[in-house]
Amino acid sequence: MMKRLLSTLALAGACGLAAFGAQAQTKPAKLDQIKAKGFIQCGVSQGLPGFSTPDDKGNWTGLDVDFCRAVAAAVFGDVTKVKFTPLSAKDRFTALQSGDIDVLSRNTTWTISRDTSLGLNFTGVTYYDGQGFMIRKDKKVTSAMELSGASVCTQTGTTTEQNLADFFRANNMTYEVIAFATNDEVVKAYDAGRCDVLTTDRSGLAGERLKLTNPDDHIVLPEIISKEPLGPVVAHGDDQWFDIVKWVLFAQLTAEELGVTSKNVDEQLKSSANPEVKRLLGTEGKFGEGMGIGNDWGYQIVKTVGNYGEMYDRNVGPDTPLKLARGVNALWNKGGLQYAPPIR
Amino acid sequence: MSDLVEPAIGRSKTSFINDPKVRSIGLQLIALVLVVFLGWMFVDNARQNLAAQKIATGFGFLDNTAGFGISQTLVPYSETSTYGRAFLVGLLNTLLVAVVGIFFATIIGFFVGIGRLSKNFVVRLLSTIYVEVIRNLPPLFQILFWYLAVLSAMPSPRQSINLLGEVFISNRGIIVPRPVFEAGTGYVLWSFGAALLVVIVLHYWSRERRAETGRGLPMLPIGLGLMILVPFIAMAITGFPISLERPELKGFNFVGGVRVIPEFVALTVALATYTGAFIAENVRAGIQSVSHGQTEAAHSLGLRNGHTLRLVVIPQAMRVIIPPLTSQYLNLTKNSSLAVGIGYPDLVAVFAGTTLNQTGQAIEIIAITMGVYLVLSIITSVIMNVYNKRVALVER
Repeated sequence: MMKRLLSTLALAGACGLAAFGAQAQTKPAKLDQIKAKGFIQCGVSQGLPGFSTPDDKGNWTGLDVDFCRAVAAAVFGDVTKVKFTPLSAKDRFTALQSGDIDVLSRNTTWTISRDTSLGLNFTGVTYYDGQGFMIRKDKKVTSAMELSGASVCTQTGTTTEQNLADFFRANNMTYEVIAFATNDEVVKAYDAGRCDVLTTDRSGLAGERLKLTNPDDHIVLPEIISKEPLGPVVAHGDDQWFDIVKWVLFAQLTAEELGVTSKNVDEQLKSSANPEVKRLLGTEGKFGEGMGIGNDWGYQIVKTVGNYGEMYDRNVGPDTPLKLARGVNALWNKGGLQYAPPIR
Repeated sequence: MSDLVEPAIGRSKTSFINDPKVRSIGLQLIALVLVVFLGWMFVDNARQNLAAQKIATGFGFLDNTAGFGISQTLVPYSETSTYGRAFLVGLLNTLLVAVVGIFFATIIGFFVGIGRLSKNFVVRLLSTIYVEVIRNLPPLFQILFWYLAVLSAMPSPRQSINLLGEVFISNRGIIVPRPVFEAGTGYVLWSFGAALLVVIVLHYWSRERRAETGRGLPMLPIGLGLMILVPFIAMAITGFPISLERPELKGFNFVGGVRVIPEFVALTVALATYTGAFIAENVRAGIQSVSHGQTEAAHSLGLRNGHTLRLVVIPQAMRVIIPPLTSQYLNLTKNSSLAVGIGYPDLVAVFAGTTLNQTGQAIEIIAITMGVYLVLSIITSVIMNVYNKRVALVER
């Protein structure tokens, strides 16, 4: 609450004070501000395994976290020049609007209302997701269509609440929703038996399940009730910064498509004759300069964070506790949806 | 003589600009203009910059469809209702917690406060332990305790605890039968109203009689008896028009009956016990402020202990109790916003939470929410101040 109030005050303050000396046009570009302060402030979740979660030493790991590191690699050539701000679902947009954070990488669903009325820009989709339900095995439910009358726990300030309402309404079923401010509270209440069902994005369910007392007592129902394209977000009004964040992801996807990984990138840099690889790694063309960053931006991203596939496998893939198959998140030429415009 | 004194009292010979009165008014005017100008500039700049960032502004969003569910609604609400309706639902939920919480906190505080001064060692000790433990723990922690610790100890709906075959307690809340009103209910309500009227008249008559003769009527048994007996006879005559709809276990949850959600129970219990501990201290201080001589004087007039407390000590103690009691009531109302921690759909959770997130209009929504708490607090203060004036010592 305090944090939200502060953010709101900061937003009101930033908006109120920005025009004191001069009009908004003279505000320095985001990239220059970031270069001046020397790090990127990245908004992440308060702990969602696989996407952004801190370990006991305070080191953050996850897909969303790695994406921010990739942006830092592109801008500074140094993955450590990023600081993380844990945000609840309801505080995240205010933090971005007020300029507390430079980029929001927090399993955030791209919707029209968020894109058009909050003063935000979604830069792409790092994970194609859909909303699902988790339930105790001993309830003997095998389909979401049997959930009429159920109590459902969810997190407030997410698209989840509305999808849930739509799903039950469309299927003429009754339900009771209990919405909590943070993920941890949702999991605790579900674990305590306050509700029959926990609902969030399916990738989130895989992560939350690990936090339960007995993860094996719970199953995720097969139905996917919504489209949840999750991606990074930046504030309106700075196209250069928007471009950089957008192309970091495209570079990672392009690298995977071309078979450039963090292990073979040095070799590829020296010996590859493929012009596409050369453009990605910055030995041909001046694409980095066009964005105001180093021409080796692509090399730095792949060298330090890796391509999209590596990032996926490391954080949420089949070999991690989340065990999420690539599915729709595979590259376009492998039957998935991930597709990057060409680097040329 | 008078010629010498006159000029000193009248106009001073100093110039207009050095006149202290003119100066102070002038300075205050300048300060006022500055504050108003700063405020205006702040609002104007915020509007300009929000427009520049293409963030939606204005209060039009209140008419948009909310599209989310709320677990406790005192007025009809569905997913197709507007954000304005959701605001009303949240506001009423906040008021419900505040009113019920204040009611129980006052009762707890009153009894524990008197218990702190009891001659009985055990009562005194228990009251002291209660006050010292409860008021020294943070309220959010207590709310979480009542919610998570007590909730996880509760059985699932299928194994729910059954009281008297009618009330079911489970981790879904407390489910009681819903009264169903059929034709003839009106007579019962009328008879209840009539009984209430008779009791009030009797009460005043008894007071007058006691003032004249020193003998009142035993009002408690008479009042209770009338209030229960008369409606019961009316019900019997009209053939018991009020029936009960019993809750039934169907699928996941109980169907039918009235359900009190666990979030409400946890929040109200936590706030009532927490604030009750502070009120107890106010009550104790108030009673101790009445000098012991008053009690002795009352005893020597032949008043018994109960009467001494009720007629002599408490009316005087109230003068000391009321002002701090007001701020405890305000605290309870404001602390009810801690509901977000346990998912109780109060104003902060529904409006400053979900609605804010879906519409993104932080400045408007936070302003409305702060305005609501301000108005609630001021209304409470005004009511308590009026009451305070009535019990205050009338100086003659």
